[in-house]
Amino acid sequence: MPSYLCASRWSSTTAPAPRITTHYSVCPRDKDARWEGVTMERFADEADVVIVGGGPAGLSAAIRLKQLANQHDKELRVCVVEKASQIGAHILSGACLEPSALIELIPDWKERGAPLNTPVTEDKFGILTKKYRIPVPILPGLPMNNHGNYIVRLGHLVRWLGEQAEELGVELYPGYAASEVLFHEDGSVKGIATNDVGISKDGSPKDVFERGMELHAKVTVFGEGCHGHLAKQLYKRFKLRENCEPQTYAIGLKELWLIDEKNWRPGRVEHTVGWPLDRNTYGGSFLYHLDEKEPLVALGLVVGLDYQNPYLSPFREFQRWKHHPSVASTLKGGSRISYGARALNEGGFQSVPKLTFPGGVLIGCSPGFMNVPKIKGTHTAMKSGMLAAECIFQTITDENFESRTAGIHVPKYEESLKNSWVWKELYSVRNIRPSFHSYFGLYGGMIYTGIFYWILRGKEPWTLKHIGEDSNQLKPAKDCTPIEYPKPDGKLSFDLLSSVALSGTNHEHDQPPHLTLMDDSVPVAKNLAVYDGPEQHFCPAGVYEYVPLESGDGMRLQINAQNCVHCKTCDIKDPSQNINWVVPEGGGGPAYNGM
Amino acid sequence: MSARVLVGVKRVIDYAVKIRVKPDNTGVVTDGVKHSMNPFCEIAVEEAVKLKEKKLIKEVVAVSCGPQQAQETIRTALAMGADRGIHVEVSGKDYDNLGPLQVSKILAALAKKEETSLIILGKQAIDDDCNQTGQMTAALLDWPQGTFASEVVLEGDKVKVIREIDGGLETVRLKMPAVITADLRLNTPRYATLPNIMKAKKKKIDVVKPGELGVDLTSHLEVLRVDEPPQRQAGMKVETVEELISRLKEAGRM
Repeated sequence: MPSYLCASRWSSTTAPAPRITTHYSVCPRDKDARWEGVTMERFADEADVVIVGGGPAGLSAAIRLKQLANQHDKELRVCVVEKASQIGAHILSGACLEPSALIELIPDWKERGAPLNTPVTEDKFGILTKKYRIPVPILPGLPMNNHGNYIVRLGHLVRWLGEQAEELGVELYPGYAASEVLFHEDGSVKGIATNDVGISKDGSPKDVFERGMELHAKVTVFGEGCHGHLAKQLYKRFKLRENCEPQTYAIGLKELWLIDEKNWRPGRVEHTVGWPLDRNTYGGSFLYHLDEKEPLVALGLVVGLDYQNPYLSPFREFQRWKHHPSVASTLKGGSRISYGARALNEGGFQSVPKLTFPGGVLIGCSPGFMNVPKIKGTHTAMKSGMLAAECIFQTITDENFESRTAGIHVPKYEESLKNSWVWKELYSVRNIRPSFHSYFGLYGGMIYTGIFYWILRGKEPWTLKHIGEDSNQLKPAKDCTPIEYPKPDGKLSFDLLSSVALSGTNHEHDQPPHLTLMDDSVPVAKNLAVYDGPEQHFCPAGVYEYVPLESGDGMRLQINAQNCVHCKTCDIKDPSQNINWVVPEGGGGPAYNGM
Repeated sequence: MSARVLVGVKRVIDYAVKIRVKPDNTGVVTDGVKHSMNPFCEIAVEEAVKLKEKKLIKEVVAVSCGPQQAQETIRTALAMGADRGIHVEVSGKDYDNLGPLQVSKILAALAKKEETSLIILGKQAIDDDCNQTGQMTAALLDWPQGTFASEVVLEGDKVKVIREIDGGLETVRLKMPAVITADLRLNTPRYATLPNIMKAKKKKIDVVKPGELGVDLTSHLEVLRVDEPPQRQAGMKVETVEELISRLKEAGRM
């Protein structure tokens, strides 16, 4: 983290930008008079393995480690820290689960009551135009064929995984976010420190201030999900992205609806592409009919974050998509019970970074193993966690192993992953997403998939490249037309704030905003001036608002950090790359229930 | 000074979560929904722990009534500084019907059993907003009560409580043993930090059944139906006074 004195960040041209960022990652406390005399010592504890992130990958790793420890009669202390207040509360996914990894991990998952209640019975795919839906047959062999898969509420599955982990003796600590990576003197990873609590909005210590805690480990496993904030630091520090393409992303917005029973078809999976997105904006919709006690459907829209028009609002595209006759007919008379959003990675094979470094490994959607055309990343995330666990266990219990670094390096994990079905799968679909970048856009991509994937299964000898960082793709606002979005009707489509309320998100209000800006003057000077403030359009939670200054002309950026749903889109899509998402006080964020 | 303080903590749906009524209108959806300790109970725990830190009392015991998950709430209290916990196991239909009367009977029984000098509770729970448990407990025990406390001062065998009332503040002095219920301004609860959560795992939580305390949980209340509040209707703008009068007449309001 660059450490400037706060005063030096003020713009020198016009009146100084109003102070927005007060977080200590940008305004260091050792130079801040208000922190004089405050004890900054931290309590430290040792574990064998510390896992950051209690999602599918992290919990699979934890479970696998304990299974091996019990099998070989070894003592192993495994701790999982998770920023959500309860395991599963920050999980958001479609989701259509391929059970392969789960079967490997817990073969008797059914007897143990894993919530895989909805086998896929029907698979439908269509291209939408403004008024019509053109059905497209899903031939066996195409990546989006879902035979043998389950529609799940991933949050519930993760909660169940948490219970399995606890039964095996894993120490789970939801409500505590890993906010800092700790290093040994030799530069290897020593562990993590959890967030401090009790810092006021202006950055000063409150009476209840307490330092976070240090958890030291032989190996630290980072499973923060898509675009993790600690992973971001590790990429730089250990140069893990030197030989891969930049990661590319999409944002997924999702709602859960209770619908009229007559429209309910449990087990049905529906995907569409086309309207409301134009042929050059990657994305598509999903609508899954769950088979749980109530007529519930999970639906949403995924929009590639390499879109070019700064006026595009993924949230409003999602809301207007629901008005399409084919969707409205399912939702009519129903009620919305949940809303949320999360970024997902789309880079696939070309964007996988180096996975190991002295003292740590990366698993799951953080490095990114999502099979984009299948739109599935849970099975590969889980498998990566399991492989990491196996290699870590082998290494740390090997009596003859002598580590050259204080934090143990486990390069075997990367080798193991590259020899597994995860790698084969990612390789076979590597060219599908990049094939959308021709002039023919969506249609070019579909033709490519039809020809090369269906016939050749990805065996073509070339590997197409992505087009670069998502944050570089926006065109200046003056070169684009604002999009006319319809007003929400309050029955099928809704406004942003009532949607955010349904995510249950909340944060302790008196803390420094966790959406930090490296330079407080850049939003108005660059983002607003050149791109019409795209963050006010792409944030699915209404965090960013450009409001008029209290006195005088001009605008300022207002950050409503309390609304944040931890989707990470701003950190990804900000054209100035000025926004740095850091973790807020643990326990804050969405309260998703089975999303 | 062998003072023991009993603190009641209730596990409620987190205040930021949108409540949803069950489709059969028998209650609200709780399965999988984020729960946390009632904010007023947090304040009660904080006050008890502060008294212990000032060495004015010896032991803080956290009590919660409910199913297995109530133990999570007790653990948070232990992490904040309570010494041990008591989980009164109530589940199923009994838990659905658990109200202030039943809880106060339980607390009264426990207070006698545990030789308590002070019971500190939150003034009310944010799910039912009853504001009755503290008062009923005091009545059952025939103890004095200081409710809506914004300040608590121990003075020998008495406790001075400054109460928030409609007209301002009222100061009462109670002879212990007594019941106090905490209001918002009493204190700012500390965070349950991770090292303390880890230590709390080693602290004891005793599990008891209401029957063992001689408490009968029968409720004399029956919930007939739970509904969402009616949707707010759009207002209507009128141009003239005459129009206003005619609209009011139409609506039968005049």
